[in-house]
Amino acid sequence: MKAVVTVELKEGVLDPQGQAIQQLLAQRGYSGIDEVRVGKRIEFSLATLDGSRAETMLSEIADKLLANPVIERFHIDLK
Amino acid sequence: MSSVYSPVSLDTALSHGLTPQEYEQILEILGRTPTFVELGIFSAMWSEHCSYKNSILELKRFPKSGKRVLVEAGEENAGLIDIGDGLAVCFKIESHNHPSAIEPFQGAATGVGGILRDIFSMGARPIACLNSLRFGDLSHPRTAQLLDGVVRGISHYGNCFGVPTVGGEIYFDPSYNENPLVNAMAVGVVEVDKIIKGAATGAGNPVFVVGSSTGRDGIHGASFASEDLSEASKEKRPSVQIGDPFKEKLLLEASLELARTDALVGMQDMGAAGICCSCSETPARGGTGLKLDVDKVSRRESSMNAYEICLSESQERMLVILKKGKEHLAKDIFSKWDLHADEVGVVTDDKLFTILENGNVVGQIPADSLVLGGGAPQNRREHARPAHLDALLSFDPTHLPDPDDWNEALLALLKSPNIASRRFVFEQYDHTIGAATAQGGGASDAGVVRIPGTQKGLAMSVDCNSRYVSVDPRRGAALAVLEGARNVACAGAIPVGITNCLNFANPMKPENYYFFHESVTGISDACVALDIPVTGGNVSFYNESASGPVRPTPVIGMVGVLEDVSHHVGIGFKEEGDFIALLGSIGPDLGCSEYLAVYHNVVAGAPPKLDLEANLRLIRLLPELAKQGIVRSAHDLSEGGLAVAVSECSLAGNIGCLLTFPWKEQVVNTLFAESQACALVTVSHEQWPALKRAAEEHVVPLQMLGRVGGELIAINDWITLPLELARDLYDNSLADSLGL
Amino acid sequence: MREVFHKETDLHNCTGVLLPGGFSYGDYLRAGALAKMSPIMPAIKRFAEQGGPVMGICNGFQILCETGLLPGALMLNKNLRFISRSVGMRVENSDTVFTKHLWQGQIVRMPIAHAEGNYTADPETIRQLEERQQVVFRYVDPVRHDAPNGNPNGSTNAIAGIVNASGNVLGLMPHPDRAAENIIGSADGFPIFLAFAEAAQSATRVEHSF
Repeated sequence: MKAVVTVELKEGVLDPQGQAIQQLLAQRGYSGIDEVRVGKRIEFSLATLDGSRAETMLSEIADKLLANPVIERFHIDLK
Repeated sequence: MSSVYSPVSLDTALSHGLTPQEYEQILEILGRTPTFVELGIFSAMWSEHCSYKNSILELKRFPKSGKRVLVEAGEENAGLIDIGDGLAVCFKIESHNHPSAIEPFQGAATGVGGILRDIFSMGARPIACLNSLRFGDLSHPRTAQLLDGVVRGISHYGNCFGVPTVGGEIYFDPSYNENPLVNAMAVGVVEVDKIIKGAATGAGNPVFVVGSSTGRDGIHGASFASEDLSEASKEKRPSVQIGDPFKEKLLLEASLELARTDALVGMQDMGAAGICCSCSETPARGGTGLKLDVDKVSRRESSMNAYEICLSESQERMLVILKKGKEHLAKDIFSKWDLHADEVGVVTDDKLFTILENGNVVGQIPADSLVLGGGAPQNRREHARPAHLDALLSFDPTHLPDPDDWNEALLALLKSPNIASRRFVFEQYDHTIGAATAQGGGASDAGVVRIPGTQKGLAMSVDCNSRYVSVDPRRGAALAVLEGARNVACAGAIPVGITNCLNFANPMKPENYYFFHESVTGISDACVALDIPVTGGNVSFYNESASGPVRPTPVIGMVGVLEDVSHHVGIGFKEEGDFIALLGSIGPDLGCSEYLAVYHNVVAGAPPKLDLEANLRLIRLLPELAKQGIVRSAHDLSEGGLAVAVSECSLAGNIGCLLTFPWKEQVVNTLFAESQACALVTVSHEQWPALKRAAEEHVVPLQMLGRVGGELIAINDWITLPLELARDLYDNSLADSLGL
Repeated sequence: MREVFHKETDLHNCTGVLLPGGFSYGDYLRAGALAKMSPIMPAIKRFAEQGGPVMGICNGFQILCETGLLPGALMLNKNLRFISRSVGMRVENSDTVFTKHLWQGQIVRMPIAHAEGNYTADPETIRQLEERQQVVFRYVDPVRHDAPNGNPNGSTNAIAGIVNASGNVLGLMPHPDRAAENIIGSADGFPIFLAFAEAAQSATRVEHSF
């Protein structure tokens, strides 16, 4: 099975990259974009078919490694 | 006053970290109970971090004046030293220890950002950065992760902002396991007539917040930096601020451009305690008041109230006071640099800091009562000499057995984490940006940068051997100043001033305060002897964790001037056949040495002898030798003594050496004593008489030791070390032992 | 010589364009990615397409690749870290307007300072670059020129700098600008600037025809 872990900044945490992109896009005529936030997408191919086991393992991995819990949060999509 | 906030009582004050006496003082200043917003402001402004309340009375003992001093410590964000030709240098070092312990990358990055803003808010263009780092034991599980994060954070911010990082130091000791020290220093140059003042003057002049919008970052960061690190403080994670080096670069260019117009009245960066700090310090300096309308401050998050807006520590913001009627000039500059600017208030003549929210006054405080030098508390703290120091000082290392094999002892030192090459670290810092770096990235005692548009150079260095300080703080702190002075002097520069970052534990414990008090004395003594001022700096208390205090660590940031940057001298041996000579004399200075720590696992004994006069003579001689082109390399003795210094010179120059001593005793002192006031220099055969003459004139002992050449580091029959073997150990052991 | 601000839209009759290094837009998103959207870029593109000499150093090289004026891309360094050090480069083609004052096989020393300098392109592009001698500079160990660790960042074929097919656009990661006088450690970069200045001087003023 496939799993996708998305890591993004917590709400309220400043995203300098997102801001720079948003500001540039506004200057280049792309209007109506209120906010841009940049995250990471990490894809896993898993041997197991047990969704809940995979989720437990991936939460642990995300919490310990993929995300920085000080400023980031994550969510896991199993496919 | 508005009543949307909870009422304030003594309990509210206590929960904000204020003491009952301080609360009494607030009641007295206001003549009434403070509002919740006011209490928040008092607690932030009177925190240790902003008010220096437990250190300021001691800091007043530093020598601050001098013939080159244009702005004294404490008058502005940083002191200013005249370097001739209408130019001044300003420099400052600051700690970001606690934020870095919680989130090493952002903590260190915003530390660099903060110190850079301190420099350019005065109108100076930053031309160099340095940093001084302390981490725990290499085997401690967090050490590698903390170091990696901190180094990446410094690298991220400094490189992106575009300032070369040209020097630094890193030491390891278990006392820093839970509480690393991250001290960042920045050096900038300004035309004397373009200096920006941090004062709000001229009632009616508009006040702007420029740069990033305000979020909930680091609310109460200033108070947070003033508490012991505990498990609980790790949970205060929302405090972490995020740095935006690109925005800072825009702020830099806009600020310097603004300084060239007549629209600018004053400017102050926002660091600790954010808006409330800059909005009270600028009127306090200007003898004015300031009215702030928080509703006009751009916010990143919804439903932030006045309390949060005043205390937020969002990064990359400046408070700018403009001349009324000239706002358009400033607005054009901000818009050129894509910076957001909000007109948030006005300068008043009532000497009050007034805060408006939804049209209501939610706070009104005499500006002067909030600030250092005004109404902020100034406490004299007790100091008591810890009893254990006597035993440490009286430890006599002479009874310890010599190593069986001097080569093995030297190799052990070369791979010691406190000595091994920092290449793995400094290669992550851009040290060549600006195309002005004459020395940086390790091959020198000090970083040397040319001052743009001139032939002058600045040499700078950060130093502290906290092992010495932990046993004899007065001597150890003085030795840190002298080490810095020797470092810039070896590079060919004349020391002109220091900044310092005084990292200590909880000041309420007299035994901790003893180290602080004595260090201030030691630094003052050394500065007076060298006739250089302390131009400012930073005190960081409460550096301790459940396992105890960190070693007292008064880090010295030294700056020196070279009238001609092309005279700079590196540490690397240059030419085959050059003479190697020792300036100064080596004594039995093994106490607190790296050798004792590495080889005998002992940290004790009196630190090396402090001889101010001998140091002064050496420090005057070295720049003279550089200027006259007499020496080809110079390196002072420090950790690891002569054997390590000689190895470093050989490795930096990629050429061996042969040294001969005419005695057979005292081998351990000769090789590893950390005698101060000593430097190794090399000269060509032709220049030897000139060196001899100069040393005699300056009354500095001179001893011929040997010659440069070959592929071995050889000292009598004691040391025979192939250069390649030494290099392999020296270059790689730090990264290897960290597993990075 | 003049500075052209990124928000301008024309090159004011410039006869040579230098894109310097320096973290445009903080290198956010990808080094050079946001800068390629700058208002000045269309003018630079036209200038290059008409044969005007364009040199991109470090971030300038990254921008040229992002813009498509040079093939390939600069990925994160192999060790995933920023690298600031003095490197050696061998001159692989001294027959360009930028390298005519250097000689084939000459080893020059200059600093690199980048996190994203790992040159990558598809195999066909690499084959063509090599075949047409568009690889102008290749990393070598500055001391032992044939040592295997001369490639600091993992670049394909140790590529440090390339020119476009018509030879008027050069991109390189190392900094000749930080190696143009001995006081800062090396003057090896100076001949590149001399050649660039000569090329700019002799170039016809293409800009006015827009």
